[in-house]
Amino acid sequence: MPEPPIKVITQNCVGCGLCVKACPFDAIALNDEKIAVIDLDKCTLCGACLEACKFDAIEMKAREAGADAALDGYCDVWVFAEQTGGHIESVTYELLGEGRKLADALGMNLCAVLLGSGVTDTAAALTERGADTVYVVDRPELEYFQDERYAAVLIELVKRHKPNILLSGATTIGRSLVSRVAVTLNTGLTADCTGLAIDPESRNLLQTRPAFGGNIMATIITPHTRPQMATVRHKVMQEAEVQSGRTGNVSIEAVAASLLEARTRRVRYVPEQESTVNIAEADIIVAGGRGLQKPEHFALLRELAETIGAGIGASRAAVDANWIAYSHQVGQTGKTVCPKLYIACGISGQIQHLAGMSSADVIVAINKDPEAPIFKVATYGIVGDLFQVVPHLTQAFKQALGK
Amino acid sequence: MHIVVCVKQVPDTTDVRIDPETNTLMREGVASIVNPFDTFAVEEALRVREKVGGTVTALSMGPPQADAALRETLAMGVDKAVLLSDRAFAGSDTWATSYTLAMAVRKMDGVDLVICGKQASDGDTAQVGPGLATHLGLPQITYVRKIEAVDAQSITAERLLETGYEVIASPLPCVLTVVKEINEPRLPSLKGKLAARKAEIPTWNAADLDADPARIGLDGSPTKVVKIFTPPPREGGEILTGEPDQIAARLVAKLKDTVLSAAS
Repeated sequence: MPEPPIKVITQNCVGCGLCVKACPFDAIALNDEKIAVIDLDKCTLCGACLEACKFDAIEMKAREAGADAALDGYCDVWVFAEQTGGHIESVTYELLGEGRKLADALGMNLCAVLLGSGVTDTAAALTERGADTVYVVDRPELEYFQDERYAAVLIELVKRHKPNILLSGATTIGRSLVSRVAVTLNTGLTADCTGLAIDPESRNLLQTRPAFGGNIMATIITPHTRPQMATVRHKVMQEAEVQSGRTGNVSIEAVAASLLEARTRRVRYVPEQESTVNIAEADIIVAGGRGLQKPEHFALLRELAETIGAGIGASRAAVDANWIAYSHQVGQTGKTVCPKLYIACGISGQIQHLAGMSSADVIVAINKDPEAPIFKVATYGIVGDLFQVVPHLTQAFKQALGK
Repeated sequence: MHIVVCVKQVPDTTDVRIDPETNTLMREGVASIVNPFDTFAVEEALRVREKVGGTVTALSMGPPQADAALRETLAMGVDKAVLLSDRAFAGSDTWATSYTLAMAVRKMDGVDLVICGKQASDGDTAQVGPGLATHLGLPQITYVRKIEAVDAQSITAERLLETGYEVIASPLPCVLTVVKEINEPRLPSLKGKLAARKAEIPTWNAADLDADPARIGLDGSPTKVVKIFTPPPREGGEILTGEPDQIAARLVAKLKDTVLSAAS
């Protein structure tokens, strides 16, 4: 029987039960002698008990250390510059803002990777926002995102220049792309981070992300492989400011034609009709739920949304009732959003909905039921009838904003 | 056609509560369920089978009790189920998980299509589907909201993007990840439930998969969790009372700056 990867040091255990409470997987119990016992069939080695134990009574073996010396050759912080039709997505600027802090903490350069067709001139928008070097692959085959081509090219550039850190937006494209890259490069990838920092001692990237629908937070490292890869949640990090006249290197990278092969083919692209504002990117979201009673009543929210430049969100109940398209759904089975302002109208605030929006800066909740859980996360709560409050709100905003 | 559908057993997050005193997760009596996104994957696999014929195999990696999740898929109409379970798999991150699942898919005969939910409701990474495709050397279509056409050689599907959707054609074999919009999962039939109860579910361990010990479980996971904590609760909010027009005026006064800064 091999040594178990995690064990309780019985002479240190005082039977306080803190580990039992901390375990997210119900894998620890106290035995008759009040000693913690770990059920290895349930344990996922997440380490929550190690954090909780105040008596050094739990020990987890470290991953076999590899040839860490090989990591020294990896320098620079890279940002994958997501673009659509030559337009740089705003999440890229957020990554540059955060990437600058990490690069400065490490004494490294901040670089961006720009893949596309006819995008070379766009590189200036990235150097203006802090990129020291922009690696550009400008090829007709890269006109729009294709999983295999983009992954093959990004993998090639990483192998060529060896970045220490590689960040991407936690978008549909970002998540689909860098998952392939991390697996091929045999390195770690942390999804949907909301906090990044450099550990001053180990110089590892500390990647913090929500799990269990935002009920717990986990900090994750990639200690033995490089690059350290993470996708970053949109709207959490501060955008890098434009520094007019700032320039940097633009390195046009040649790649072999074989890397641009793809088995999949885009047949057509159909832009969203319903709303022009993509809620994942929106700074303001007006969202409706079951309290709207009828699909027509979304018109009330649309008027408010138009007045304040907001996107339209919806609870699962409203989407399941076919009142609005799924692309508007906020929550665990929909989109996770992080706007500056979220106005929830007639949404009770089930835990799955809160998981998708509770990190908004300001939350306004309008609901008839004073016991609705949405009020627990609301910055401003209004216990009342949304059919009265929302039109007044729209009117008041129109006046205040001179519309 | 041989379709493999990947499922994960997860805690039912509707039940997850935070203990207000200790600020930790309260799990007592928390039920385990099939990851909600995976139920859409199972349903879609069954629909593809109904259209083109073939076999659907459900695949899960987890502790022995994850067997219950596989029985739910059998009750829905899946033909076979395989559980990947071994203490050596514990501590797997998405790299090691996708490797382990890939080794199992390789062990099966002639897999044409692999369908996964877009992400699991506990980890929320959305990395295992594309990771699995990469380990298998297959193309992928992620965030699928509709399969437009499928035959023995190829598939055409709609992928949901932030700004709309795109239609992608791929040869088979291929890996899909699906979103909720794709279908309405069927309820298990009584006959299905009875059959599921009696079904034999083989368990494959690391040796059965011929898995490289350096690529599974903790040792095969490049990422490491160093800290788990409860997010600070949001500060108590303010309840506005009064007539709707007064409330609206006060709210606008508070929010005007936020709205203006968002607009700039």
